[in-house]
Amino acid sequence: MAQEHNHIISTIVEHKPGVLYNVSNLFRCRGFNIDSISVGPAEEVGLARMTIMVRGDDRTIEQVVKQLNKLIDVIKVTRLDPENIVTRELALIKVNAPSTKARSDIINYADIFRARVVDVSSESLMMEITGTSDKIDAFVSLMKPFGVKEVARTGITALSRGPKSVKVDE
Amino acid sequence: MAKMTGAQALIEALKREKVEVIFGISGGALLPIYDVLYNSDIRHILARHEQGAAHAADGYARASGRAGVCMATSGPGATNIVTGLANAYLDSSPVIAVTGQVNTYSANSSYMIGRDAFQEADIIGITTPITKYNCQVKSAAEIPKAVRMTFHIATTGRPGPALIDIPKNTQTEKAEMEFPDNVQIRGYKPNTEPHPLQVKKAVKLLLKAERPMILAGGGVNLSNASPELLQLAELLMMPVATTFMGKSCFPENHPLSMGNIGMHGTRLANKMILEADVLLAVGTRFQDRSTGTLDDFCPDAKIIHVDIDAAEIGKNVDVDVPIVADAKSTLKLIRQQLVKKLNKKENTPWVNRVKEVKEKFLSEMDLGKGDLTAPKLLKELRKLLPENAIIATEVGQNQMWAALHFQTIKPRTFISSGGLGTMGFGFPAAIGAKVACPSCPVVDIAGDGSFRMTEQELGTSVTEDIPVVVVVLNNSMLGMVAQWQRLFYKGRYSGVKLGSVPDFAKLAQAYGAEGVRVGSLNEFSEAMKKALKTEVTTVIDVPISPEDDVFPMVPPGKGLKDTVAGL
Repeated sequence: MAQEHNHIISTIVEHKPGVLYNVSNLFRCRGFNIDSISVGPAEEVGLARMTIMVRGDDRTIEQVVKQLNKLIDVIKVTRLDPENIVTRELALIKVNAPSTKARSDIINYADIFRARVVDVSSESLMMEITGTSDKIDAFVSLMKPFGVKEVARTGITALSRGPKSVKVDE
Repeated sequence: MAKMTGAQALIEALKREKVEVIFGISGGALLPIYDVLYNSDIRHILARHEQGAAHAADGYARASGRAGVCMATSGPGATNIVTGLANAYLDSSPVIAVTGQVNTYSANSSYMIGRDAFQEADIIGITTPITKYNCQVKSAAEIPKAVRMTFHIATTGRPGPALIDIPKNTQTEKAEMEFPDNVQIRGYKPNTEPHPLQVKKAVKLLLKAERPMILAGGGVNLSNASPELLQLAELLMMPVATTFMGKSCFPENHPLSMGNIGMHGTRLANKMILEADVLLAVGTRFQDRSTGTLDDFCPDAKIIHVDIDAAEIGKNVDVDVPIVADAKSTLKLIRQQLVKKLNKKENTPWVNRVKEVKEKFLSEMDLGKGDLTAPKLLKELRKLLPENAIIATEVGQNQMWAALHFQTIKPRTFISSGGLGTMGFGFPAAIGAKVACPSCPVVDIAGDGSFRMTEQELGTSVTEDIPVVVVVLNNSMLGMVAQWQRLFYKGRYSGVKLGSVPDFAKLAQAYGAEGVRVGSLNEFSEAMKKALKTEVTTVIDVPISPEDDVFPMVPPGKGLKDTVAGL
């Protein structure tokens, strides 16, 4: 078996109903695995950017890119070079904080990780944290002893560094 | 432009696409469109089942090289064409389906899409993985552009089926219509011209080759590249093997023709392709039934792979020179460059070897025991038909016998379900082919199992006056499955015995067609000669032994080198 790695694929797609279905369906029927997918409007009105993290060997990833390119509503597909990108993920984490001690410990950790407290109740705290997936993983595991009630993560979004851009040719 | 309804716009748009015929079945969600069809010059052929309509459109497309159009109503009508679309998708055939859909809204909002209305099915969701493109229009004004896009996408690049779903209220809604000649689709720009550098690399390999060979796939048929293929093969004296989908793209009576490779390929093709040092593969996707196990497929050959679909390059086989382009223009360019560098080759040691092996295998060919066997019948059939006759096949033993023993000469004269292996495809496809080429005799080589799956289209062929000949190779079995049970499951025939019903001759007669049962090769010849002159469809029922196997065969999980000639 060839070696499997995580790859990040950045795509520009038509921003219209059904496109997410087309893309996710392609992954399902060809047996590719999506690790995470994040979608939002791109720089041009009418287009969206999908950032897809996928696991596989080089041959699989090449097929992913080619098959994505075949979809009519997919305009541009780029494999991002892992050495030369900025990746970010956002997470909301709700943690048990029944005592003042727990609360102050949590807030201390949050400061170190540059997480922000966004909601407080008598028994819990909600924090917002942005960063690489590793950083978020680390923060979540640090919170575990306090009792993590809920985690919501956005999945990775990414852009390549420098002035070059994954843009649509006219 | 004056205001028109969505239904009128659809028919006008289809006319602008030069559609002459639609295979379809009406229904509630298509009533406004059928009302416009009533006095349109587009011929409507009423199928007896929507699957038949889809396959007929496919047969029409394959025989003519143009888009074939089928129509079905919402819900069950639409889901009945699903097999037809999946079939067209795997064989890259430009079939266009127009489906009716329930209203997008109604006054009391009880019939909206998404509310599980009567005869509602999410046909867009269902057909997404089996169409090249599909779309649902949301208003009448969108229809002209949607039709243009659908035809453009289905017929260019690597062709494929497309579907356009039209809610009933958009069919009656009026709008100012604009009919675009061209559409700009940002995410769809198929590349047809080969990269000059890649062509140069291919030429270099071919010049050095001692044992070059061509593997021609369905892409050669699709791009009408047969003349270019023939010229290039003759220039370098390259033997030509075809994949199952490539059959008929190279004249099989030509000395350089090797026949098909694959699980039921010829011994010649399966042997010689492994001896080649350079393989020029054109318009093929190296499907498993063609290559056998990949580890044993041409391990020592340099492979040049020409395909218009970039995703096919490197999908199954690693290649040395990939060329993403149209088969026709690439073959032409390769030849143009070669002609400058060499004279037409004559008898090379390689060609002599191929000739020797060909003669040996031909002399050893087993056409079965007894007077009336499928291989003998197919050899006889070739003598009875003109070169331009079109053969359609069903799926199973009948199909593999036809591929092995019926010699095709002209391109697009062999129409068969290669990728999906759809039983029941052949007969409606034959009807579609006959509509496309009314002056060519069209013969469906059928098995009794497959023919039963779409035999109701006898009604279509008789009432619409589309005469074809159906040859039922009747072993009262699902023969190919029975063959595998005989070979690999100790002869435990599980769920394959169909019994001797119906009487196919009487069945044909019940529909007003001709039906005859023959008992010898001679009787078959006479029946076929008569059928070719008859102006109505004829079903010729040919009893054959249920014990007959299709050979040669590459056993499942084996390589081409393991081709078994017979038991």
